[in-house]
Amino acid sequence: MTEQKIRVLVAKPGLDGHDRGAKVVARALRDAGMEVVYTGLRQTPEMIAEAALQEDVDVVGLSILSGAHMALVPRVLELLKANGQERVKVFLGGIVPDEDVSRLKELGVGGIYGPGASTEDIVRDVREAVK
Amino acid sequence: MTLAESVLNGDRLALARLLTQVENDSAEGRAALAELFPQTGRAHLVGVTGAPGTGKSSLVNQLALAYRRGGKRVAILAVDPSSPFTGGAVLGDRVRMRDLAGDAGVFIRSMASRGSLGGLAQSTAAMTQVFDAAGFDAVMIETVGAGQNEVDIVRLAHTTIVVDAPGLGDDIQAIKAGILEIADVLVVNKADRPEAENTVRALKSMLDLANPKRFVVRHHGTTMKADAPAKTEPGRWVPPIQRTVATEGAGVDELVAHIEKHAAYLRASGEWAVRERARLRSEVEALLREALMARFRAEVPDGKFESALEQVFAHRLSPWEAAQLLTDGRRK
Repeated sequence: MTEQKIRVLVAKPGLDGHDRGAKVVARALRDAGMEVVYTGLRQTPEMIAEAALQEDVDVVGLSILSGAHMALVPRVLELLKANGQERVKVFLGGIVPDEDVSRLKELGVGGIYGPGASTEDIVRDVREAVK
Repeated sequence: MTLAESVLNGDRLALARLLTQVENDSAEGRAALAELFPQTGRAHLVGVTGAPGTGKSSLVNQLALAYRRGGKRVAILAVDPSSPFTGGAVLGDRVRMRDLAGDAGVFIRSMASRGSLGGLAQSTAAMTQVFDAAGFDAVMIETVGAGQNEVDIVRLAHTTIVVDAPGLGDDIQAIKAGILEIADVLVVNKADRPEAENTVRALKSMLDLANPKRFVVRHHGTTMKADAPAKTEPGRWVPPIQRTVATEGAGVDELVAHIEKHAAYLRASGEWAVRERARLRSEVEALLREALMARFRAEVPDGKFESALEQVFAHRLSPWEAAQLLTDGRRK
């Protein structure tokens, strides 16, 4: 049997068009030996959940800079669960106010990263989450 | 219910999980493949290859839409390269396939090449069998951005589409051996660009010089031959050249018509069976090579392989002599 790879979906839901952060993270996860499925801009939660299912990923990384995270992230979590993928860990990058961070973590988000977060931390947390 | 049974029942999560097992060549994946194999052999396997940036993913997106208009279920296997240094990969083909979201008649799976050099991954063939058994009418296999020699797709697909685009090289590129020779259908994408006619002309002149030995391919160090029809045979397939603009969908219905015509040709001429047999034979041979290698490694005493290697590193033994020594026990 060949070595099992960590598979990560990196997606950018919502309407803001700034995907530099998502690409930097995708590249860092690649350099850590993971297989990263990159889906691009303006994805709906439905598209993300469908891609996560087809790709059988271990982790979904969302990048949201529009402030719509309290609408989008719970919806993604709900759809993953509805598809039988409750084991998939969701991580979030973007601008998230402190009061939302705790609420999202309660909902099951594995990690939330703001501007200046180190890619080493993200890689470590993703590895930890799929153990 | 076994994973294979769930896949046959149309469970998409089971399908996704089985694809992972097969990709990782796990014991569970092998068992499920054995269970599913009698159900395979129905899907039309369509390969899409070409240089990076010619528009393969966009074209696959459009082809899938066209198949869906015809009521067919489509699976897409999109292969992108793994890093030779870290083994990681960024699989970006889905970016061009967003029109297919939300359609239960489409299933897209991205995969990394994981060290294989022929334009596909080692498990790509097995993964197409899973889609075939799951009842998809067409399985489109998009190779990694191919150079001149990534031609593994020709042994997997029934119909191979080679995508070219304007500005990638002159007519000398077009007469070289390799990727253009394997085309059943040639596409000049980005045909709205002014230089597109030069590309079409170069491909046309290549076809006029066509080499009858079309199905001789090298794979894992062996040369494989499948009989090509004699040049004079009436009704011999000549690859059509189709202009497309994948971002707008122009030329795509015509391309689908060529693909279906090719499938009909393969069936009528008996070549479908020839290709199936060549493909299954090469699959068995590849697995056999792997199994024999594993058995050899298990039987050879500890350290013997390494000590032979050390002698090769020191240039006291040639690689050929080392192989002789390890298999016959003496150098010739």
